[in-house]
Amino acid sequence: MRTRWIAVLRTPVGAGAGLLLLGVLLLAVFAPVLWSHQANAIDTDHLLQGSSAQHWLGTDNLGRDIFYRVLVASRTSILLALLATAIAVVTGLALGSAPAILGKRGGRAAIAVVNIAVAFPGLLLALFFAVVFGVGAKGAVLAIGFAGAPSFARLTQTLVAGVAERDFIAAARIAGVGRFRMLVRHILPNIAEPLVVNATIGAGGTLLAFAGLSFIGLGVQPPAYDWGRMLGESLSGIYVHPAAALAPGVAVVIAGLAFNLFGEAVAKGLGVQVPRARWTSRTPEAVPARDSDAVLVVEDLQVSFPGPVTPVRGVSFTIRKGEIVGLVGESGSGKSLTALAVAQLIEPPGQVTAAELSFLGAPLLGRLPVRSTAATRRRLLGTSFAMVFQDPMTSFNPTKRIGVQLAEGAREHQGLSRRAAMNRAIDRLRAVRVPAAERRAHQYPHEFSGGMRQRAMIGMGLMGTPALIVADEPTTALDVTVQRQVLRLLETIRSEDDVAVLLISHDISVVAEICDRVLVMYAGRVVEDLPATELATGARHPYTRALLAAVPDLDTALDEPLAVIPGRPVDPARLPDGCAFAARCSFASDRCRTEDPVLVDQVACWHPQAQAEYSSFRTGQR
Amino acid sequence: MSELRFDDVTVRFGRGGRALTAVDGVDLTVPSGQVVGLVGESGSGKSTLARAAVGLAEPAGGQILLDGVPLRHRPGARRPLQMVFQDPYSSLDPRMTVGDSIAEAMPRGARRRDEVVRLLELVGLDADRVSAYPGALSGGQRQRVAIARAVAGQPDVLIADEITSALDVSIQGTVLNLVRTLQRELRLSMLFISHNLAVVRYVSDIVAVMYLGRIVEVGPARDVLGNPQHPYTKELLAAAPRRGSTALPPPDAVADAEPADPHHPPAGCRFHPRCPVGPLIRTDREHCLTLDPTTEADHRLHRAACHHAAGVLRAVGSNPPVLMELKEDSL
Amino acid sequence: MTTTVSAPVLTTHPWLAFAVRRLGRLAGSVLILVSAAFLMIHLIPGDPVRGALGPAAAQSLVDAQRASLGLDNPLWQQYVDFLHHLVTGNLGTSITTGLPVSDVIRDRLPATVELAVAAFLVAMLIAVPLGLAMGVLTRGGRRPRAELGFTSTAVVLAAIPEFLLAVGLVYIFAVTLHWFPVAGRGSVASYVLPVLSLAIGPAAVLARICRVELLAVLQTDYLRTARAKRLPAAAVYLRHALPNAATATITVGGLLLGGMVAGTVLVENVFGWPGLGSTIVSSIIAKDYPLVQGVVLVYGVGVLLVNLAVDVILALLDPRSTIRES
Repeated sequence: MRTRWIAVLRTPVGAGAGLLLLGVLLLAVFAPVLWSHQANAIDTDHLLQGSSAQHWLGTDNLGRDIFYRVLVASRTSILLALLATAIAVVTGLALGSAPAILGKRGGRAAIAVVNIAVAFPGLLLALFFAVVFGVGAKGAVLAIGFAGAPSFARLTQTLVAGVAERDFIAAARIAGVGRFRMLVRHILPNIAEPLVVNATIGAGGTLLAFAGLSFIGLGVQPPAYDWGRMLGESLSGIYVHPAAALAPGVAVVIAGLAFNLFGEAVAKGLGVQVPRARWTSRTPEAVPARDSDAVLVVEDLQVSFPGPVTPVRGVSFTIRKGEIVGLVGESGSGKSLTALAVAQLIEPPGQVTAAELSFLGAPLLGRLPVRSTAATRRRLLGTSFAMVFQDPMTSFNPTKRIGVQLAEGAREHQGLSRRAAMNRAIDRLRAVRVPAAERRAHQYPHEFSGGMRQRAMIGMGLMGTPALIVADEPTTALDVTVQRQVLRLLETIRSEDDVAVLLISHDISVVAEICDRVLVMYAGRVVEDLPATELATGARHPYTRALLAAVPDLDTALDEPLAVIPGRPVDPARLPDGCAFAARCSFASDRCRTEDPVLVDQVACWHPQAQAEYSSFRTGQR
Repeated sequence: MSELRFDDVTVRFGRGGRALTAVDGVDLTVPSGQVVGLVGESGSGKSTLARAAVGLAEPAGGQILLDGVPLRHRPGARRPLQMVFQDPYSSLDPRMTVGDSIAEAMPRGARRRDEVVRLLELVGLDADRVSAYPGALSGGQRQRVAIARAVAGQPDVLIADEITSALDVSIQGTVLNLVRTLQRELRLSMLFISHNLAVVRYVSDIVAVMYLGRIVEVGPARDVLGNPQHPYTKELLAAAPRRGSTALPPPDAVADAEPADPHHPPAGCRFHPRCPVGPLIRTDREHCLTLDPTTEADHRLHRAACHHAAGVLRAVGSNPPVLMELKEDSL
Repeated sequence: MTTTVSAPVLTTHPWLAFAVRRLGRLAGSVLILVSAAFLMIHLIPGDPVRGALGPAAAQSLVDAQRASLGLDNPLWQQYVDFLHHLVTGNLGTSITTGLPVSDVIRDRLPATVELAVAAFLVAMLIAVPLGLAMGVLTRGGRRPRAELGFTSTAVVLAAIPEFLLAVGLVYIFAVTLHWFPVAGRGSVASYVLPVLSLAIGPAAVLARICRVELLAVLQTDYLRTARAKRLPAAAVYLRHALPNAATATITVGGLLLGGMVAGTVLVENVFGWPGLGSTIVSSIIAKDYPLVQGVVLVYGVGVLLVNLAVDVILALLDPRSTIRES
């Protein structure tokens, strides 16, 4: 954490803001010590003068030097602002963390107070408190402090609530941790960073607000002076003597910005950094499709991200008409990225290259020279290439009716009228067996259950005449019994319309039941390609076998420990030399650790296992 | 070690028109030293039941008893029940070392340092992980720490809520093995919650099936899975993967039914809108629409909440009860 | 989700329930606002009348003024009277001028409302298109330099308070260039500087939020779905991204409008604008408490109404909002 703060100071914006803030704070500490005398010296010979060699920014109505007064005023301005910020932070923190300490009833009261107070702009609250506490520096500090408290309390509440939902808080409660310790030990450390950042930004805001109050005469009173008061007093003379008005204004802005920019830089530095890179695409040689039955041909597909990380490293496969192919792997194996790359949905900075990537004989990669061919390609994909995503809850636009979302593509690509497209949508919803399709088409996504949404998503893919459905973990977010329904639906569509399906899943048992062929992925490579019927008995790659053995099913022997794969999946950013699975493989030899095996004869392994050895690997009986 | 008993426990969320009864009059016993596996789909209330047991949800009715004594949850007091959560990325405080997290769960006065090291070794982690932060650990390792923390509280009963479903397939097995070993070594009573019947089968002595807030079938694991009485249990069994199966099971008669809305549970038998042997398919079974099958559940095999499950005849004075197939329904 | 249950219409019909709930909250907030305005005078240490009239004023004068303000009655009685007067539209009389407070407000309110509304419209018209355009141009880490320039400009502009901006604008456009008048309210030209000084800061904030919000929407699964439908880019942005980015924009827009209502206080003082803002400052300094009370009430109610409008618009836009709130 400390290193991240240091990293922030190393960025140009962070370093600049940090230096500026340091300068402002040093000025506040030392300026009155050094220049009080010059600032208060009355020079009756030079009243209200413009800038001169003697007085850089001129003099005020008593002939005092404005430049020095601006410097000296920094202490009052910043000190009072910090005081007010402290009041706002402490009050806000107390109000905001009250729900965590007081329990339900007290917490609800605190939330209600904050909810009402936060609805009013800070300045209005400050004016209210300024009336109550009286005009003057003390009143203004209290007024601005209390006026700033509600928004800080709201922030604290939001952050506390975010942390309180997490399971470690529940775990601590079960462990018998008391409320106060919970707040101090578990909650506050986890929200400290955003609180500090916001307090810093808040200090900038407070400084400006304070200047505002002093400016209109409700803040610092004579003979004391801060930037706001100086500005207010010199405003009337702005025609004849602009420097006197502008100098304190500039000072306020610089000081306010110092706090603000520093806070923003820290906030940005502590947040997630977005990797930046250019979207470049290697145009591959167009290779004519060799297999007239092939729906999708993928040859040496690579997906890489700046870093550089290459989560998909040379995947090749062909899907034929009416074929269901399963793509299995653990998280990080590159299976979903393969699906997205095939569907042309990898967004920059991701980069997709392939020796060949063609759909129904048409190349998908590379920039097309003519605009009309680009439109043709879009239409081809729009009508013949369907996509089903993992999470049906988030994959529909929440603000549009289901029917409209289905109809949209058909209107675009098939030129259907609004009415015709909607009728088609209803018909397709019926085809995926959504009950009461007509009524359902006019509902919003949130009115659908997960399984029904996934059906609707499949129905969306059937709006055209798809040749391929790419389904990325279509059943993972669904309940077991619903999973089967969705899989069965995919199978029915395949058998009725000869549609090819690419099914991505982490669950090898799901894949076994519906697919014709299974591709097993590990660390961005296909390590084995085999018919689904042979999964149980004919797998040759040690990883495929281990994966099958590690998942308990209804026939797993109860009296023995489960087979386990030692170690953990490899990080695509740190790939070893040689076979990526070698470190976890019990058959690995020196060769495996140095030479990377390629997919030969449907298996990428130096020591493929023969079928006979299989029985010793797995002891379940049926 | 101890017996955990849910006695007619009901948990409600919200009020008025949007009220949701997540757990509805559940009776369930976790016998001392045994593992009860609780299966059900999302929204069935199984996690809510667990949270009620450890005091994270307030029951609106009924009692939760530990060795016959009602549980009380006071903030700051030691809890005799400990829980392992689903998501190991959320269940460990990222700002606390592994050692501190485990030590915090220990009873006062324990010899913390030695004990933490012992627990880490117990769950198969190196002792030098004491000062590591969760950020440096993988999902499987975090889940081990979470298990160590739960054991550190010297619980009478351990509750495991979907502890493998957030883990990678290749890691799940190691965690399941660990849980099984620990349970046997420490002879823990355990409530093991999962949506995966195969996982539950592997771990549990007793299996309970939950549907829409109610237990619809409960009994010894072998019996329930070998001779399921409730049609929902049968559906779950049919949906669970079997070794070497290369085809989808044939569709049920009412395969495309929508899951019920827990805000408005169906009257009568809650499963009737989806039931393949219910009134949708067999028109003579109208009583399923109105009669609640849970009231007579005690008289049926596996306490099944189904009018058409086999019955149990308790012969006077005979112990154990004599099992008799009362109805030979074509379930 | 078929609703077959027949419950009272009040709780089942989402819009009616929403209206009842939201108006209830408004009523509660107004009551608290009114109570706070009432208590304000009583929270001031010492005798407010003595404070207002000064230490030199004769005791008889102070007593007479106290009696006329009803300050000698028990607190609850004063509260009831205060509420009663409010309902009848009587906000009391100004201590300094002797004019009815309601007259002062009627005179001065239009100027302030004009200023706030004009500034709000200008801010929205600048910020929303700018923010969205920046979002589209800088999505996925594209054009990092444009992003840096935009963000830093926005941060700097947002950090300059309206009264300082006003001073700066006056110096440049009125004092130096003589394009617009320095102060006062009259011709169209006299509106330009006050409106700009109120609008620029909020516009910067709003433009940033628009951009960030659009970027967040561009990352969602449903936008990927829209792309998977192979819609043209314009359709993806206009039909799917925009409506979803609008929610946060409107929420923040509402907050900003509330802030602008308050911001008029300072800007009016710079420009000598004859609105409520200059009135409240002068009345606070003059300790003219009935007038302060009246103006605070007007400002507070204004802000509450803006909040109400935002909630209603959000509920209209988002089909889930009524369900989410319960």
